[in-house]
Amino acid sequence: MSQPTLPHTQAEIGRPRRRIVGVQKVTGQATYAAEYTPDDLLYGYVVNATITRGTITGIDERAAREIEGVVEIIHHLRRPKLGYFDMQYSDIDAPPGSPFRPFYDAEIQFAEQPIALVVAETFEAARYAASLVEVTYDKAPFDVDLHKNLDTARKPKKGIDSILKPMPPDDYGDFDGAYAAASATYEGEVYHRSQHHNPLEMHATITVYEADGKLTIYDKTQGTTNSQIYISGVFGMKMSDVRVIAPFVGGGFGSGLRPQYQLVMSVMAALHLQRNVCVQLDREQMYTFGHRPETLQRLRFGASADGKLTAVSHEAFAETSRFEDYHEAVVNHAGMLYPVENVHLEYKLVPLDRYSPLDMRAPGGLTGVLAVETVMDQLADQLGMDPLAFRLKNYTTTDVSSGKPYSSKELRACYEQAAERFGWDQRKPTGKHPQRGNRLVGHGMASGIWDAIMLPAKATARLTTEGKLLIQCALNDCGQGAYTVMSQIAADELGLPFEDVTFEYADSKLDASPVQGGSFTTGVVGSAVKAACFALKDKIFHLAQILDGFPLGDALLPDVTFTGGEIVLNADPSVRIPFTDIIAFNKGKALEVSKTNVPNPFKIKKYARNSHAASFVEVEVDAQLGVVYVTRAVTAVAAGRIMNPQTARSQILGGMVWGIGMALREETLLDRQLGKFMNTNLAEYHIPVHADIGELDVIFVEEKDEIINDLGVKGLGEVGTISMAPAIANAIFNATGKVMTQFPVKLGDL
Amino acid sequence: MNDFAYYKATDIDGAVNAAAGPKNNYIGGGTNLIDLWKYDLAHPEKLVDLNGIDELKEITELPDGGLRLGALVTNNATAYHPIVQERYPLLSRTILAGATPQIRNAATNGGNLLQRTRCYYFYDSSSPCNKRVPGSGCPAREGHNRLHAILGYSDACIATMPSDMCVALAALEAVVRVKGPEGERCIPFIEFHRLPGEQPEKDNTLREDELILSVDLPARGFAGHHTYLKLRDRHSYAFALVSVAMGYELDGEGNISVARIALGGVAHKPWRVPAAEELLVGKSPTEDQFARAAEAILEGASGFEHNTFKIDLAHRAILRAGAMAHDPSTQRPGAKPSL
Repeated sequence: MSQPTLPHTQAEIGRPRRRIVGVQKVTGQATYAAEYTPDDLLYGYVVNATITRGTITGIDERAAREIEGVVEIIHHLRRPKLGYFDMQYSDIDAPPGSPFRPFYDAEIQFAEQPIALVVAETFEAARYAASLVEVTYDKAPFDVDLHKNLDTARKPKKGIDSILKPMPPDDYGDFDGAYAAASATYEGEVYHRSQHHNPLEMHATITVYEADGKLTIYDKTQGTTNSQIYISGVFGMKMSDVRVIAPFVGGGFGSGLRPQYQLVMSVMAALHLQRNVCVQLDREQMYTFGHRPETLQRLRFGASADGKLTAVSHEAFAETSRFEDYHEAVVNHAGMLYPVENVHLEYKLVPLDRYSPLDMRAPGGLTGVLAVETVMDQLADQLGMDPLAFRLKNYTTTDVSSGKPYSSKELRACYEQAAERFGWDQRKPTGKHPQRGNRLVGHGMASGIWDAIMLPAKATARLTTEGKLLIQCALNDCGQGAYTVMSQIAADELGLPFEDVTFEYADSKLDASPVQGGSFTTGVVGSAVKAACFALKDKIFHLAQILDGFPLGDALLPDVTFTGGEIVLNADPSVRIPFTDIIAFNKGKALEVSKTNVPNPFKIKKYARNSHAASFVEVEVDAQLGVVYVTRAVTAVAAGRIMNPQTARSQILGGMVWGIGMALREETLLDRQLGKFMNTNLAEYHIPVHADIGELDVIFVEEKDEIINDLGVKGLGEVGTISMAPAIANAIFNATGKVMTQFPVKLGDL
Repeated sequence: MNDFAYYKATDIDGAVNAAAGPKNNYIGGGTNLIDLWKYDLAHPEKLVDLNGIDELKEITELPDGGLRLGALVTNNATAYHPIVQERYPLLSRTILAGATPQIRNAATNGGNLLQRTRCYYFYDSSSPCNKRVPGSGCPAREGHNRLHAILGYSDACIATMPSDMCVALAALEAVVRVKGPEGERCIPFIEFHRLPGEQPEKDNTLREDELILSVDLPARGFAGHHTYLKLRDRHSYAFALVSVAMGYELDGEGNISVARIALGGVAHKPWRVPAAEELLVGKSPTEDQFARAAEAILEGASGFEHNTFKIDLAHRAILRAGAMAHDPSTQRPGAKPSL
């Protein structure tokens, strides 16, 4: 029987929608962590060490304490009791090792280490008094130089983070033999310095000390649950006594994946004083914690005369601290992108007297693929092949490094659609593009790949007494649009208009959420929302089945449609049961279901699961002055189902801008003698500005994935960043014939 | 707290009197002073606010055909002033190549002359710096010195002056009119900023408590042939690594009759070599001629680990600026470098 009379609701999934919090954000109504106004708020200002390694021998507080409004000065000699075991300091994104413990003892382990907190009635008094705290030290020698310490490189220790950031596979095939036999070979290095996240909102925490001694914490974080776990661990508190709230995050990029030191200090001061305390970092202090690690890569690739990649050696040396083994998947990607049979991979850490690095947008992938994809162009050049043709020649639907087929892979369509939109057929061999005035022209392309990660997550769905839907999860969002997308998923599952769905989020008292990172939020939390909504639907239907008079007869769930706030019998659309009838039947009480979605390991483990992208870039390079302009770029993305094309496009545009930053702008300058970063402000740390951005175009390639999760979603946050930087480098090579090995490429390098 | 006195001046003499004392500062737009204060590099005990002095806020034509730019006129108001745009387009372009619209709307002409270096070590109060603490040392020599000088530096200091506007003012041969306790005097622009020598803490030749009243432009504005070429690490909101302000006039034969070239980003002051400019007189504005001038301007240049590239870049920039200046109509004002 046809169903022409069924009420039609437009599907929310796939519909462009602006962020539900967008207006609040752009009109200044959004409240960020430092902007809450609890009563009698005190302000803490952090004092940072002025040496790079050594021991504190004395802290003279006298001058600082004379400042009017100063309430207390907290440091390792005056603080609440802190946890003893490393476990207590391990947040859910902690790498293996012994996490840094603020104010634990007198030891200085890195430059700008926080060593004291001045708490005062006003921020200004705290800041001024902080400048008067006199600290004396026993200095110890230190070493922050990656290049000089390559001989100390060692493999990282394994931890639970290896689940998200797998160690490279063991060598396979015979690299040495294949490399020696290859018709075309390339050997080279790729290097980049450390980089910092630079979110617009600086890290801040307000801790409210409640009357019963419990804590309500407004934190800048990418995971309310993570901050809650961390604080309860560090201070030995019950999880239920610690509540973390973070509905608005002014940019994260990974900087909020781990609890930062302002959080622990705010809590420390609140517990010590039994008062409400705000601690906000200043812009310079934003350069005193995690960052993308400085990394040196050595690559040797070999190919046969007919353009088959036959040998890959990819080695990487990355900085880490002395106390944690922060690591990334840097060298894994060549073997995933291309079906090469002879592979040698090595990833090593060089422990230095610096703070631990931290995930920063597309961690590892951006670093590694930049190297792989620029080397691929060098091989293509030697073989006299078009770079795209070379990649298509080495196309694979199986991840040869793991031997598993991809759950889905539409990279070929990315190549084809982006190449057509870009006009790749107009590309000329290196140095052969006609000049535009003083400028050389170059076209470059590159592939991108990122893991589609699945984790368990929990969400609650409630049919309210008004017959509307409330979704709850502790998830918080840095601005990508997760709140909007979660609401869209829920609306479709229950057949409700978008306006009838409310999403309650960003509060650790709600169902625990993973951090928002790794491009997995939509897939992971979205699946939990979908599962919770499905369970709620089931519950609603069971009540509908036993309504007075049994209006649905013996119909089962597949025999009805949930639409417009009603259950409609497919066989007879005149039979409609409004959700409000169900609530009435339930004695006016709301219906609620919590559901944990656990990915099916037996199903997904058989497949390699990745999102893919391809970027095509045109650059102009001033022939005499070496100035580079990214005039236009097209990125095509295959990341499964696109839930909201509007927010999705914004994510990819942001990723492309990050790619420009990686290729041409961003680096934090570490002084080897002083052991500290020097360009610690937004004037001298160059993130791209509008004038740096040419015309950007985004294509979403249709990709159906029935393996990864019920939504068919793979995630977008990282993959759009990855292909852009190498495509720029390759375009510069095409324009100038110069191979880029140091990033960012700067004025004077060409 | 960091208490300070505040005096709102309504006339020039009142301001100069109020400023008497070593720890007193004039304040105009405050775009650099407030930063320096936050960085613990300036500690004024008294601020003398100049914003109530109307006569410093005017742009007026001078009897000799020149133009007087009041010290309190904002950078943007100067750049967009019709007379500046018509007769001194080099200055207009140069101002607009600097900072951001927000900063230029607050920053004043007098303040622009006094902005301090962007050397990382100068701003970092825990590292040595001879400019900040004389005698403490200069880590920039062995450290990150991309922003630093290739000309005119000393053992004590290799910092550069960061202003764009001042590079054009040097090329235009502006005069800085100042008033202090001992009265009024005029300082030729090229003598306003100084080389670091043994006293890198002194950026300029202003005497204690002297107030900048105006920057006076001579009649010759090089409206016919001029350019400002700024090379930097991003296309907007970045300080110059190398910049060139150039203006020249051509005679009836198409040869250069007078030329001015000043470099920014390469020294502790805008870098001008009059003898090099003389080499161009009577010559056609060709690449070969500019190359000769460039060699003379850059004579003796030497760099450090991260800035040696600036020597060759400056040479190339002078050549390009020579070509750009020949037909300034092809140049757009605004943030993007017009090459």
